[in-house]
Amino acid sequence: MEFPSKLIEEAVEQFSQFPGIGKKTALRLVLYLLKQEKEQTTSFTEALNNLRQKIRYCVECHNISDTEVCSICTSHRRDRSLICVVEDIHDVLAIENTSQYNGLYHVLGGIISPMNGVGPDELNIQTLVDRIAGKDGEVQEVILALSATMEGDTTSFYITRKVSDKGVKVSTIARGIPFGGELEYTDEITLGRSILTRVNYDLPAS
Amino acid sequence: MYLSNLHLESFRNYQSLAINCSRGINCFVGKNGSGKTNLLDAIHYLSMTKGSLNSVDSQNIRKGDPLFFIKGEWKAAKKGAGKGEQVQVAFQPGQKKLIKVNQKEYEKLADHIGRFPVVLIAPNDTDLIREGSEGRRKFFDSIISQLDASYLENLMVYHHYLKQRNSLMKQYGETRRLDKTLLAVYDEHLMKSGQLIFDSRRGFTEKFEALFSPRYQWLSGGAEQTKVVYVSELSDASWKENFKKAIDKDMALQRTTFGIHRDDFEFLLEEEPVKKFGSQGQQKSFVIALKLAQFDITSQVKGFAPILLLDDIFDKLDDDRIKKLMELVGEDDFGQLFVTDARPERTMTLFKGLKKDKKLFKVEEGKVEEIEF
Repeated sequence: MEFPSKLIEEAVEQFSQFPGIGKKTALRLVLYLLKQEKEQTTSFTEALNNLRQKIRYCVECHNISDTEVCSICTSHRRDRSLICVVEDIHDVLAIENTSQYNGLYHVLGGIISPMNGVGPDELNIQTLVDRIAGKDGEVQEVILALSATMEGDTTSFYITRKVSDKGVKVSTIARGIPFGGELEYTDEITLGRSILTRVNYDLPAS
Repeated sequence: MYLSNLHLESFRNYQSLAINCSRGINCFVGKNGSGKTNLLDAIHYLSMTKGSLNSVDSQNIRKGDPLFFIKGEWKAAKKGAGKGEQVQVAFQPGQKKLIKVNQKEYEKLADHIGRFPVVLIAPNDTDLIREGSEGRRKFFDSIISQLDASYLENLMVYHHYLKQRNSLMKQYGETRRLDKTLLAVYDEHLMKSGQLIFDSRRGFTEKFEALFSPRYQWLSGGAEQTKVVYVSELSDASWKENFKKAIDKDMALQRTTFGIHRDDFEFLLEEEPVKKFGSQGQQKSFVIALKLAQFDITSQVKGFAPILLLDDIFDKLDDDRIKKLMELVGEDDFGQLFVTDARPERTMTLFKGLKKDKKLFKVEEGKVEEIEF
């Protein structure tokens, strides 16, 4: 793509570094910004600068935070005996949105894959082990909520081994047929697993 | 099921081509280099999602063209027994290869394998006997995968974890540090899927051999004893201990030195390896019998005969063995045949007497023309 202005070219270059943004979309965004009031761009860049400079990661769970310890970890209303282990900050948001979970989190910051240069030392696994060991039996259950991939399995397996002597219960989120999903369209592996790990059907209390 | 027509765009030396195939015998004749084998390769693509000649998809695009496209239509062998199925493969560099059946795309290419089976017999098949164990593992893996989808799944899982474990070993080589817990996790994974693969390979070899021995004797007209022996480090009852003991070697060589990725299949003729002691003729019979056993076992499991592709093999065979092959092709329940030959007269003489639906195609510089038998 040829640009009439070096300035536009530089801005497009910056925008197109974002995931999911190509050169065309980047140009659209740049031209949009130019059409708006100058103040908008100023507050936009300020917000980004603040974000980059002031953002912190919770020292307890490694979730994104404005303070040293995040709002979930300091909350009195959360159940401190549960820790849900997730790969990324995205996953914390996804689980929070379900409103079904009231425990704490632990963000690994990735998933074990030596092929991609990510070993256990690159992830927040040791801090999880320390967290469980250091709280004098406060933590009773670790819930593994990792992707249903081979790397997710490996990471779950690894963490389970690491905490096996700490006297905590380790569970993993159920895998199965999506809510509202139809049986015949479910892939065979998921369906097979669902049959193997079937649960009792309880009549609702009347 | 038979392939009723074939349509190519920019595939190898074909710019654009559409032919209607016979449900019985299809012969492609023409000079060397005219593009006969490319037609068989296109059929191979439709069945196996890849070529048999060149595994690099981009190198199968006609020179100067942006993409290639292959389409074929399968029809039920009996009239009115189910509707036809259209298979297409398209590839453009930089994009993912697209395989569609009845215009519907696959989520995983692996799901396609085995739906439209083919068996290819080609001149370089004796490599299977002469070359290393990798070719033999590939040969058997490809057959078992076509017959059992969970086998392919296990194989992919195994190789994925193997790659991860090898990366771990490489990292040890650089940092001299090894996470024993993580190693144990990969060992656990490899032992589990390795065991499943071992069981499948062992079970399959038995079934395969029961079909192979009679085929060899039928083809060679002799009574020589043949054997296909599955050789695996996992045959040892204490293999799990041996696997764990291999860790020192693994760390020194920075890769996994024990497991089903090192399996081999030994081919024996009268108790001796056919690779070392078999004559040229015996080796040829052996390898064709292997392919025919593949044909037999696929027919047995699928309940219909796979398409047989014979690529330029008449030059390499004596009259007796050609006669045997013609016998097979002439059988009533034999499916569909595609054959290439550089000598039109020979093909015409061979097939003329067979009372089967047949077509003869003259291939010349990327053009194909149907001619009279």
